[in-house]
Amino acid sequence: MKSNTVITGTHFITGDDACAEGGIAAGCTFFAGYPITPATEVAERMSKRLPQVGGVYVQMEDELASMAAVIGASSAGARAMTSTSGPGFSLMMENIGLAVMLEVPCVIVNIMRGGPSTGLPTLVGQQDVMQARWGSHGDYEIIALSPSSPQESFELTVDAFNLADIYRVPVIILSDEIIGHMTEKVTISETEKIKIVHRKNPACGPENFVPFFPDEDGVPPMALAGDGYHVHATGLTHDEHGYPVITADAQERLVQRLVNKIRKNEEKIVRTEEYYLDDAEVIIISYGCSARTSLDVVETAHGKGMKVGFLRLITIWPFPETKIRGLASRKNVKAFVVAEINHGQVVYEVERCAAGEAETVLAGFMGGRIFEPDELYKVVQEIAN
Amino acid sequence: MQNMTRKVNIKIVKKQVRLAGFGGQGIVLAGMILGRAAVLFEGLNAVMTQSYGPEARGGACSADVLISKGRINYPRVTVPDILVLMAEEAARTYGPNTGENAFVLINEDLVKTVPGGPGLRIFKIPATSIAEKLGRVIVANIVMLGFIAGTTGIVSHESMEQAILASIPEGTEELNISAFQTGYNQGKAKVR
Repeated sequence: MKSNTVITGTHFITGDDACAEGGIAAGCTFFAGYPITPATEVAERMSKRLPQVGGVYVQMEDELASMAAVIGASSAGARAMTSTSGPGFSLMMENIGLAVMLEVPCVIVNIMRGGPSTGLPTLVGQQDVMQARWGSHGDYEIIALSPSSPQESFELTVDAFNLADIYRVPVIILSDEIIGHMTEKVTISETEKIKIVHRKNPACGPENFVPFFPDEDGVPPMALAGDGYHVHATGLTHDEHGYPVITADAQERLVQRLVNKIRKNEEKIVRTEEYYLDDAEVIIISYGCSARTSLDVVETAHGKGMKVGFLRLITIWPFPETKIRGLASRKNVKAFVVAEINHGQVVYEVERCAAGEAETVLAGFMGGRIFEPDELYKVVQEIAN
Repeated sequence: MQNMTRKVNIKIVKKQVRLAGFGGQGIVLAGMILGRAAVLFEGLNAVMTQSYGPEARGGACSADVLISKGRINYPRVTVPDILVLMAEEAARTYGPNTGENAFVLINEDLVKTVPGGPGLRIFKIPATSIAEKLGRVIVANIVMLGFIAGTTGIVSHESMEQAILASIPEGTEELNISAFQTGYNQGKAKVR
């Protein structure tokens, strides 16, 4: 039954399809989801591909159950994912929090469309950035990656599975309708060249195993249900044995660790791409489809001799704090222009990191279309002058 | 995960193609085939984006295809180098926005409003009636793909043919290839 695991070669496919192929290439064998525009094509492709590789596709009754099924499959050892868009993402929030608390690796693809509520089903938005970070209640850290092309949708979905396993955390692919529905060249390398990193398994036998006792990196090795290890999982605050302990001390120890296992590894996790930053006075910061227009604008500005650079965020959460603080402290950097299709989300993080050392300006609108080069260029030109 | 930061040099030389018509004419499939011809058979880069209404058939429909040797940033057509008009409404909507010296390829069965402008290279083909004569009106888009290759040479005859064969249902090869070849021959004849 195992065939066509990785479709090595050159393809002309959409970002949604590329997310699905990234999942297959990463060894995903379980998908539970509920169709929603503009993410339906991810589920559709998975429903065709998973049976070909011996995996399981389940169309669930809703997004709450989809997320719960993904947690269950991953706990049993499968690489598991789901895909959705704004309204479904909202419904997944409760169980995303459960995955954080149980430290269950999983991948959630969110192809962002305009909101709030059902908003713009077929049209783009980038309004779920803060929701990805803070959407479930309580204090936690999560990883979110933002592709700017179908090629990157493939690559980042593979990375997402690796990061989810390395840090035992849900990883969100924060794509958008433009990238999801865009068809572009995607080159997929040979299976052996695709880097796969699996979760740590217990180094000791079941008798000595303490399921939530972390290694030095803050991440506990994970025993799989059915492997003979005793595992107790609860959404309640728990000790290293997994049993509920409802005290301030246990809460401090557990939640600090959940936060720190991501925060202290920021430099290992965060990836950005930079253009013309050396002598830049104005730096555009952007991600997803807005990064494509930004790149166009920075090329134009550079061609006209303007000192404009561009920082593309590939990782959005954890926020590339060190990188942006470093840029803000450079003498030549006067301002950041944050281009995003919302009323201001990443811009507040940039402003926080700039800490008054560089002006921070939002170039934003409410969604329904991609940034046009002319409109963004005008904002940049105004700031540069 | 791996290297923190990648530095990339970019070069932009691109051709902008817009195909427009109404839903059901195979506009998006035509864009897809053109993109595949460029990417899979010519080794170029291409991006296709599409816009259409909620209707399954009817309603305005367009596909933007950008083709480049280098990287493509902004994914939509700003000023078309090649504008393909399959229906009257599309001609009225998109006709006024064409680049200087652009190719304007017209399905003359359904388009009455012909765009004007400096240096426009306007070529007409009765794509719909050719398709009807071949047996099925739905291959009008394939006739037009042949016409695009024949007049503009944006992709080669071979690449377009391969891309068509890679994109159509089994058993329809003969019909599609004769549609393609008819469009191609008429295109070649016009520019000769």
